[in-house]
Amino acid sequence: MIYREAGQFKSTYAADQAVFPIRQDRIIGGLALVAAVVALPLVADEYWLQAVLIPFLIYSLAALGLNLLTGYAGQVSLGTGGFMAVGAYSAFKLSSAFPWLSIIIVFLLAGLVTALVGLAFGIPSLRIKGFYLAVATLAAQFFLVWLFNKVAWFTDYASSGTITAPPRTVLGVMVTGPEATAPVRYLAALAMVALFAVIAKNLVRGRVGRSWMAIRDRDIAAEIIGVRPLRTKLLAFSISSFFCGVAGAEYVFLYLGSAETLAFDINVSFLVLFMVIIGGLGSILGSFLGAAFIVMVPIFLTNMPHLLGVAMPVALQKQIELMVFGGLIVLFLIVEPNGLARLWQIGKEKLRLWPFPY
Amino acid sequence: MLDLLYAVVVGPVKDMVGAPTFLAEVVIGGLAAGLMYSLVALGFVLIYKASGVFNFAQGVMVLFAALTLVGLMERGVPLVPALALTMLVMVALAFAIERVVLRPLVNQEQIILFMATIGLNFFLEGFGELAWGSNVKKLDVGIPDSSFMVWGIQINRLEMTAALTAAVLVAVMAVFFQRTRIGRALRAVADDHEAALSIGIPLNTIWIVVWSVAGLVAIVAGIMWGAKSGVQFSLSLIALKALPVLILGGFTSVPGAIVGGLIIGVGEKIAEVYWGPLVGGAIENWFAYVLALAFLLVRPQGLFGEKIIERV
Amino acid sequence: MTLRRVMFVLLALSIVALPMGGRAWAQAKEMFVPSLVYRTGPYAPSGVPFANGMWDYLTMLNERDGGINGVKLVVEECETQYDTKQGVECYERLKGKNGGAMAFNPLSTGITYQLIPKAAVDKVVVHSMGYGMTAASDGRWFPWVFTFPTTYWSQASSVIRYIGQQEGGLEKLKGKKIVHIYHNSPYGKEANPTLEELARKYGFELTLLAVDHPGQEQKATWLQVRRINPAWIYMSGWGVMNQVAVKEAASVNFPMDHFIGNWWSASEADVIPAGDGAKGYKGATLHAPGASFKVHADIVKYVYDKGKNIGPKDKIGEALYNRGVTNAMYMTEAFRTAMAKYGNKPLTTEQVRWGYEHFNLTDARLDQIGLKGFTHPVKVTCEDHEGNGPVLIQQWDGKKWNVVSEWVQPMREVVRPKLETAAVEEGKKLGYTMRDCSKEN
Repeated sequence: MIYREAGQFKSTYAADQAVFPIRQDRIIGGLALVAAVVALPLVADEYWLQAVLIPFLIYSLAALGLNLLTGYAGQVSLGTGGFMAVGAYSAFKLSSAFPWLSIIIVFLLAGLVTALVGLAFGIPSLRIKGFYLAVATLAAQFFLVWLFNKVAWFTDYASSGTITAPPRTVLGVMVTGPEATAPVRYLAALAMVALFAVIAKNLVRGRVGRSWMAIRDRDIAAEIIGVRPLRTKLLAFSISSFFCGVAGAEYVFLYLGSAETLAFDINVSFLVLFMVIIGGLGSILGSFLGAAFIVMVPIFLTNMPHLLGVAMPVALQKQIELMVFGGLIVLFLIVEPNGLARLWQIGKEKLRLWPFPY
Repeated sequence: MLDLLYAVVVGPVKDMVGAPTFLAEVVIGGLAAGLMYSLVALGFVLIYKASGVFNFAQGVMVLFAALTLVGLMERGVPLVPALALTMLVMVALAFAIERVVLRPLVNQEQIILFMATIGLNFFLEGFGELAWGSNVKKLDVGIPDSSFMVWGIQINRLEMTAALTAAVLVAVMAVFFQRTRIGRALRAVADDHEAALSIGIPLNTIWIVVWSVAGLVAIVAGIMWGAKSGVQFSLSLIALKALPVLILGGFTSVPGAIVGGLIIGVGEKIAEVYWGPLVGGAIENWFAYVLALAFLLVRPQGLFGEKIIERV
Repeated sequence: MTLRRVMFVLLALSIVALPMGGRAWAQAKEMFVPSLVYRTGPYAPSGVPFANGMWDYLTMLNERDGGINGVKLVVEECETQYDTKQGVECYERLKGKNGGAMAFNPLSTGITYQLIPKAAVDKVVVHSMGYGMTAASDGRWFPWVFTFPTTYWSQASSVIRYIGQQEGGLEKLKGKKIVHIYHNSPYGKEANPTLEELARKYGFELTLLAVDHPGQEQKATWLQVRRINPAWIYMSGWGVMNQVAVKEAASVNFPMDHFIGNWWSASEADVIPAGDGAKGYKGATLHAPGASFKVHADIVKYVYDKGKNIGPKDKIGEALYNRGVTNAMYMTEAFRTAMAKYGNKPLTTEQVRWGYEHFNLTDARLDQIGLKGFTHPVKVTCEDHEGNGPVLIQQWDGKKWNVVSEWVQPMREVVRPKLETAAVEEGKKLGYTMRDCSKEN
């Protein structure tokens, strides 16, 4: 009733090909954006910003990157943690070697370095497929983490062996470092994620995205019709690593403040993969939904005993949380194997027909 | 430049040749460690071979089996009944998994099933800790962890026992898959769920059988590894060390798990002992993966894996 | 299809319920003490006794004395699973709760690194007792971070001094082989620079062997140990690496009394799997082992007999349990020090910081508390947040830990200059400026 496109006619090709063709979508999207940019920093307290929203944004960027590689190009990769580490450490080195460089440029350059590294580690994908590739990317994960641990140059020979985000300003406002306030960091992360989501959406709707999907679905057939597997796969790896690298740099600079290599170990890789699968492979919105699920459900489960007023010993709480989390994942997969993005799509379709059932 | 080449290539080789008994020790240690990895990889192979599922939860199943065994023994149950009871628990677990996870997801994509086993992984982690507690438990099945000397080489009793057990287990598995009716049915199911259903193979029973067998393998692996380090949460991380074995040997091959294990074990140890000190050590973990990767580049489905025939 | 409906309902509920995070309620005459613990996860065997020790001591004070000078302590545990992300989440959730957290004991080096920059901004004390960033021991750069009674660098020098004592003098170390087996992480590597410098100074042959996380499989390391055949082994291990290392040492027949673990590698959980093979294994510690002190008796009487405990009674007096007691004791004595100046009422975090910085624990005071001889007296100053404490060496006899040495002093002349240089480096990275201690009280 509300969500009908009746009466909305397009008069240009550009309008027809818009990302949000339905006017209601545009209005809702605009409102959501305004809420996220203006309302949320004012309303949310520091705990929400610092422990929930900022990691959500950063993980969605990483999930976006992995979705491009795994969901659109079909190359399962478990090296996300390693690539995020590359992004973080190169951002650290760049910002300590060139303190005058704006932090946004540093993030982008770090992403570039990660893209090159991802390119190198993507070469086996030309020969290896499926789960074998997934396990082979673990080589990237373990090697990169070992490298950053071993070679003291990456931490500027710090005795503590950790990297720390230096205080940096953008347009006069402190964005990184201990003095940076949570709302500022939140807005910075939001801006980066929004920018990259737009880039990703355009990538997947264009020639590049279509060649990825061709490789994913039938790579031999794709090769026959002229999609070059070498270029396509390596492009997928490098772009995906770019996203993950920027996410890794943000992880240290905007969220944690300082990190050791343990922050990028294999659990991060698995976590981002879960986000992508739960959110929906091959869907931009899915990356965000998956990240929201994985970040917020544990926090919700942790806080639930307080909400219900039940005092539970923390160990029991954590164990039940794990069990519920695992159970929820299985439940989701049974209900909708294609992820939360598909549920969203179904919801929208039902909304178009509402209040009629069909 | 020449010094670098010397240090990397000639030095370690000279080192190896100069102390042959030590080299033998490293090789034997590597073989034994490799067989321990194979024990875990075997569980993965069994489940993948027969249900097409890459069971992420295998590591946690090893932990769960060990926890159950130790938990029962701590409560005063003697060894053999405890083993039998643990086996029953793993069969019950197989039933539950088949009913709750596998049946609703019949014929879904591999990656969806993989994700489901991840959910299972979290669940079993929480459940295992809830049921049996989180302290380190000592696992004593009567195998001494001492060493004896043979021709100047030190050999560890526990590792030899594990190696023997792995060999026996693999032989039994190989016979099981090749010679018995159930084995054939398992291979049919691995090929195509729906086709197997259509010719009358009871899919659900097959799955319960295979997950129970994997559970048995998990018990054995849990005993061996638990005896080495005490039974605690980190046992589930062994799965990560078994993955290179899996990809080297091939996901669907039981002898591949053994051969892969041996290669990875020896390769890892030699790299760590002779080349490790040059770069500061601790290269074992990633070296195993790089080694497996190198083999994969030559044979993309592992040494003994099924050749994937792709059609347009 | 009903399953799908259930799913939608669950999703809707969670979206509605999410914003309702529990908020604070301030009460009079109370101080809030959060306790970051890891009772689950891979390090639970080490985390559980520590958490129990802390809880028991603080609860005992509440029950026996009605708190500290009449001010009750509100203790809330928060599970971190030793994970940095969850640690940060706990910190953010609890720092403002109940009128403000008085102090944080992160119980994890990784979490400590996250909290150090935040501590100065949020103005709350972070006490990383014997772990964390050693460079933060220089109070001129890190006024809100405390590391007393001692740090990894001092511990390494103490252990070398002990080895020297065992060999008949530090000069006898010349030419001897010492191996440091360490966890391949910043925590494990902490002791390496100090050990290298001491190797140069005293002429012993140092070999550094890294064990990759988690350390479940250490064959290669111990093969190398067999080849080197060292006189002594020092270990900076953590988690399952400890258990496996002790077992491997026993199985290669290494003389266990020449194998010393640092204070995170010498607890009951580390030696139990090895059974009899672990007999003779030594470890460093900050406090005496055992449950024979008056405090333990009080804990049994006021906490366990009243059923207010979390852990089991037979684990009182374990190495890490006593560590938790020590941590809680330091914290409450710091509160007392602050109250002596500011009055017996709930303190502000600035006052708590003053209490920590003027911490002066004497033998007499320890006796008063009921912990005579439990730990070494500690004095904290503005420059020295480390206290430069000595360590005890304890040995496992198959059933319990026994102290086998006197308090072994660290080599301050080696450690302190390096510490000061590191502090300047770390402080500058965060944009701090050095305080002038002479200008303050």
